[in-house]
Amino acid sequence: MKCDLCNKPAVVHEVIIQGGKSTELHLCAEHAIEKGLAVPTQQPLADILPALGGVVKVEGVIGRSPQQARCTACGCTFADFKKVGSLGCPACYDSFMPMIAQVIERAQAGATAHVGHSPPPSLDAERVQRLRSKLMTELENAIAAEQYERAAQLRDELKALEAAPQVHDE
Amino acid sequence: MSESFSAALTQLGPESDVVITSRVRFARNLRGFPFTSRASSPVRQEVMRLVRRAVEQSSPHDGSGCEMRWIDLQTATLRDRQLLCERHLVSKHFASLDAPRALALSTDEHVSMMVNEEDHLRIQAIGAGACARECFERAAGVERQLARTLLFAFHERWGFLTACPTNVGSGIRISAMLHLPALTLLKELDRVKRAARELHLAVRGYHGEGSESLGDLYQFSNQTTLGATDDKLLSDFHGSVLPRLVQYEREARTAAMEKGRVRLEDMVHRALATLRSARLISAEYAVRDLCRVRLGAVLGLLPTELATIQRLLLQVQPAHLSVLHPQALEGDETERELRATLIRQALG
Repeated sequence: MKCDLCNKPAVVHEVIIQGGKSTELHLCAEHAIEKGLAVPTQQPLADILPALGGVVKVEGVIGRSPQQARCTACGCTFADFKKVGSLGCPACYDSFMPMIAQVIERAQAGATAHVGHSPPPSLDAERVQRLRSKLMTELENAIAAEQYERAAQLRDELKALEAAPQVHDE
Repeated sequence: MSESFSAALTQLGPESDVVITSRVRFARNLRGFPFTSRASSPVRQEVMRLVRRAVEQSSPHDGSGCEMRWIDLQTATLRDRQLLCERHLVSKHFASLDAPRALALSTDEHVSMMVNEEDHLRIQAIGAGACARECFERAAGVERQLARTLLFAFHERWGFLTACPTNVGSGIRISAMLHLPALTLLKELDRVKRAARELHLAVRGYHGEGSESLGDLYQFSNQTTLGATDDKLLSDFHGSVLPRLVQYEREARTAAMEKGRVRLEDMVHRALATLRSARLISAEYAVRDLCRVRLGAVLGLLPTELATIQRLLLQVQPAHLSVLHPQALEGDETERELRATLIRQALG
């Protein structure tokens, strides 16, 4: 299906009900963003960014400028990154796509992907580290919310995790 | 930290006439934790605890028979932190931070690991002369050991994730500290720096990022970390770029000897005379003149041993001087007097 406003393929399909009357809307990504409608995430936004003067969709929010883009994992904004030169967490790399891809390509002499070695898989270590990280976040939240009983319980869980046997990939 | 000098910085290695030291560092972060700049104190403590345990479980050696010791930078004395900084084992920023952070250091001081610097982990191997390949092997050995118990943040497209995207991919920075007095003398250095930038190399001063050059010492390092295998990064730097830089400097030395031997002799003899006669000398002037004497020694114009100069280059630094003479306070007259005495005694 084509966009109602141009000949490009429509990626957003909305039914608007106004005064008891329904209207169907079929728009391409560019016109959907202009109207402030959500674009499906699989849409290659990098392809349309240059035409939009930097307007991007991040974490389901339309119409934010790149500076306002915020990482849902750590709260870091793209403006924070530009100010301090440091990202907030590993998830920022996905949260700030596609701006981050441009930054990397510029900084890395046009390189667009890693070709070196990967870390060895260690599923048990991964499980333990993910759990530890989750418990740490919960513990900090509990302390911030003055839920001391909950905090003590989480601290015990972390200690128990510490006592768990360690994993080696021999 | 009571030793007055570090083996890695006071020895001589391959191409020591131009290459003072080589370094390789791996930047790594733990998956599931915010990067250091956004990490709260408990998170930083947790990162330290995880890394420390991984270090202790690493066989307990780094693969080359050296034990690693753990230095908590928050409780370390100011002098110890300065010592580490002068030995290029920690950055100035890392030495002065007020946050949970640590350094794991091999007993021979060739391998170190900053914990909670810009990245959770900065694994570094340093050695005398052009020895990037050996440094790479040691740093890579430590990284492999740690990867058995730690899970590094890794992205299918971007590789190892780092706090700054300029380090993403391999996270590997290979660098060499070069002594380039002849290129400076012939005013060729700017051309070399431009050429280096075109080859995607960063050129920095004596103390790394943002620092001024001292004694015609410059750090060259790869600027790109993405899109090349570890082997390619290493062979580009160690096998291609570094030999060219060394060659440029050697050619400049030959040209300087041919075109202006008397001026060169005058410069190095004056430097030696100053160091042999001075009663008060600052660290900055001492490094400048020691480097000139170094050039004289390399060119066979002065009888001074290169190893003596290497050792003095470290011993004249404020914290190292205060190890030998605890009464030396940085910048005061007694300190400058003690430094001058130390140099006079060493250079006869």
